Amino acid sequence: MFAYILRRVVLLVPVLLGLSMMVFAIGRLLPGDPVMLAAGPNASREEIAALSAEFGLDQPIPLQYWRYLTGLLQGDWGRSLQTRGPVLEDLKVYLPATLELVLAAMLIAVVAGILLGLLAAVRRNGWIDYLVRLASLASISMPRFFLGLILQLVFAMWLGWAALGGRFPLTLSPPPSVTGMLTLDSLIAGDMQALLLALQHLALPAIAMSLSPLATITRMMRASTMEVLQQDYVLTARALGIPPRKLLFKHVLRNALSSTLTVIGLYFGWLLGGTVLVETVFDWPGVGLYATKSILTQDFMPVMGVVLSIGTMFVVFNLVIDLLYGVINPKVQLR
Amino acid sequence: MMTTLPLDTAELAQGASRARRDAWRRAFYRMRQSSLSIVGLVLVLLLLLVAAAGNSMAPFPDHITGGIDTAMRFKPPSWSNWMGTNELGQDVFSLVLGGARISLFAGLAVVLLAAAVGTIVGAFAGYLGGWTDEVLMRLADLKLTLPGLILAMAVAAALGAGTLNMVIAISLGWWPGFARLVRGEVLSRREEVYVLAARALGAGPVRILWRHILPNIVSPVIVKMSLDVGFAVLTVASLGFVGIGVKPPTPEWGQMLSTARGFLPDYWWTAIFPGAAIFLAVLSFNLLGDGLRDVLDPKSRR
Amino acid sequence: MPLLHIDNLHLAMRSYDGEAHVLNGVQLQVDKGEIWGLAGETGCGKSVTGLSVSRLVNTPPARYMQGRILFDGQDVVGESGSGKSTLTRCLLGLEPVDGGRILYRGADIAVHDAHGRRGHAARMQVVFQDPNASMNPRMTVHDIVAEGMVIHQRELGLDGPARTAQVLTLLGHVGLGRDHLHRYPHEMSGGQRQRVCIARALALKPECLILDEPTSALDVSVQAQVLNLLHEMQQAFGLTYVFVSHDLAVVRYLCDDVVVLRGGMVVEAGPTEQIFSTPQDGYTRALIAAMPELESCLR
Repeated sequence: MFAYILRRVVLLVPVLLGLSMMVFAIGRLLPGDPVMLAAGPNASREEIAALSAEFGLDQPIPLQYWRYLTGLLQGDWGRSLQTRGPVLEDLKVYLPATLELVLAAMLIAVVAGILLGLLAAVRRNGWIDYLVRLASLASISMPRFFLGLILQLVFAMWLGWAALGGRFPLTLSPPPSVTGMLTLDSLIAGDMQALLLALQHLALPAIAMSLSPLATITRMMRASTMEVLQQDYVLTARALGIPPRKLLFKHVLRNALSSTLTVIGLYFGWLLGGTVLVETVFDWPGVGLYATKSILTQDFMPVMGVVLSIGTMFVVFNLVIDLLYGVINPKVQLR
Repeated sequence: MMTTLPLDTAELAQGASRARRDAWRRAFYRMRQSSLSIVGLVLVLLLLLVAAAGNSMAPFPDHITGGIDTAMRFKPPSWSNWMGTNELGQDVFSLVLGGARISLFAGLAVVLLAAAVGTIVGAFAGYLGGWTDEVLMRLADLKLTLPGLILAMAVAAALGAGTLNMVIAISLGWWPGFARLVRGEVLSRREEVYVLAARALGAGPVRILWRHILPNIVSPVIVKMSLDVGFAVLTVASLGFVGIGVKPPTPEWGQMLSTARGFLPDYWWTAIFPGAAIFLAVLSFNLLGDGLRDVLDPKSRR
Repeated sequence: MPLLHIDNLHLAMRSYDGEAHVLNGVQLQVDKGEIWGLAGETGCGKSVTGLSVSRLVNTPPARYMQGRILFDGQDVVGESGSGKSTLTRCLLGLEPVDGGRILYRGADIAVHDAHGRRGHAARMQVVFQDPNASMNPRMTVHDIVAEGMVIHQRELGLDGPARTAQVLTLLGHVGLGRDHLHRYPHEMSGGQRQRVCIARALALKPECLILDEPTSALDVSVQAQVLNLLHEMQQAFGLTYVFVSHDLAVVRYLCDDVVVLRGGMVVEAGPTEQIFSTPQDGYTRALIAAMPELESCLR
């Protein structure tokens, strides 16, 4: 078993390498001249030449890649024209913000999804079931940015229950940064006031992001629960007189959960890269917004950095899920 | 029991087409049984009609091509302007109709392109196996690990404004899904006895793929295509929302939504209607896709 | 010179828990015009032998360890050009020996060689066991039978109507008619489907037919019809058959000579009547004793 884990971890290296190559290739292939952008309109010929050399653009491609790779490993992910700082530093600030958003969204989606799915399966073909199915279909069709706008309109502008945008009120100072996630930092600092404020800001964007995975998780839970409910061991348990609620949580849930786990894993990775729109609507300073602004200003180093970091997180995360699966279900390891 | 010549080729052709028509008739019968997919079909047809009709269906067609009317700015929904007017005095309803064309056709184009590329890649990877398979699938897998939307945005922005560039950019991120699907299907058909028989007859890989394998995997590919169109439309609107892709004055739903952001909450109609249009379009395609899947792929019945 | 000569063929098949030796020195010589039965129980390697002759066994996961198959005096394997390069690579030690390549004589029996395969196809065809699975469910009878001609368009030079005429002729040989031309496989009975398969196999006018349990999936009454048809075809066109079957009664009915296989090895071989009346080997005797009395059905 240990060998299996080791093998998978070792396999990670070529994948990450391939990832970096792909990102590098994309960066090189994109039109747009980084030198001209960095130099500005009034640069002299010498300045341009100097910058060219600094960027290493005059060297053969494999060498450029090597420079890029070694730079990455040493922490040099390029500079952002926008923030005028190193990309890595920017990422350290923006990435936790996005993570916080995604984690919150997944939390909502998973908890609500599992409950709703169970409910719909148990009360099969009842009105709850029908409603849930309809709502699921509508949820995945709903554009996230539109939903965000509606949420803003209703809950922030009309009702004033939640904040309009941003992560924290501008006039107040946030708790000291430990994880970079305001909610956790508030908890760590014991500052309940800050926690409340942070949640107020987090609520709407998290809900907007959560709808899509919620719908899918609900569907999956419903399907697998229905399947489990028909299995013989469930019928046996019922015949033995086990009370329904205990039955539900103890037996049915565990078995129905496994296929849902994969979906959860997939969605987490997918959401990481899909925060762009919600961050734009709510002015949430995460990597999505960072990447968008960079793209619009033809500033590509940050974009490459964002893509690489998200890709890496995705690969690592999937590996963890796979390993968990291999632990839960040893048959998988044979392959 | 010998037959006589000359042969009546017309009669022979008729026999073949009759057999095909029976198969279609059966498929449609099954589809009729799902009410939601009927709704989806109707809505999609409606959308396509609107898109194809062009500007002629709109009450203010000149607004679609860029005409403005500063006297009529920000009028709420009324009998003359069903969806109100925007900041330039343009009729929102007309703009929504005009936007349908771009969104729908771009969405369809994306899926078609991605399906074509993905099928070719997946088919060869699945059938030939070995190195081809490894390389192609590694490529597809790597592509899948990268955040799709951000990449599409970056590529679209880099390629420049315009619908075609946007379509290409989005398709670039879409094809691996099809490749994976097709590869899986090809792998499972590759060992079928009739494929073996064709090989015994001396058929090469191209013929086998084209004649024997691909026709039998058309269903799952079509199902995936129909399920994906909705999300392709969504992606097109997303790019428009961020400001990439289609440039004004061509109306695009996402873009309209983006400019309308600044006018909330007072002039809510400038945002609600384009947003609802996106929602309806995606929903219709999803309903249709679900329905098609239930019809063509009975295994997935819930 | 025998038309088909299987010489000491050893085949290993790779699976999840290691390698299994499927053929252990199969030996068979078939002269032109003969009908040879390949009999034995499930798993004795008879189907694999038949498929090997038609070059339809995939390597990997199979691996020919030793021996060779000669068709018309030529190595089934070596008759084409590309075999030489593989052979050279093997001989030079550039090709790893158990990378799924064939160890003997070099050249590859499997899929890589298009030209050789085409030539081979024209001379040797296969009739498979399951008439249902061996036809593409989306093709009409006409297209199924004509496919061989379409593939070998270059050599045969037949255009559309000519092919259709030929298809009708072939259907006539197997006892089907014009009204079957546009049917789909699922619209016909098992016996009819197998006839179509036979027609398809005959389309390229092969010298030799490998028949892999062609009647096993059919009803007993239909079996007799198909067997008689096969016999007619063999007489009419001077074909050579390698008939694989686990049903000894059928083998006895149709075949001139029999090879009994067990565990991938030839246990006994010789003329049919001799084997059945005076079996030498203990295993053969056990097999024959286990035969149910079906002869009345077959006459």
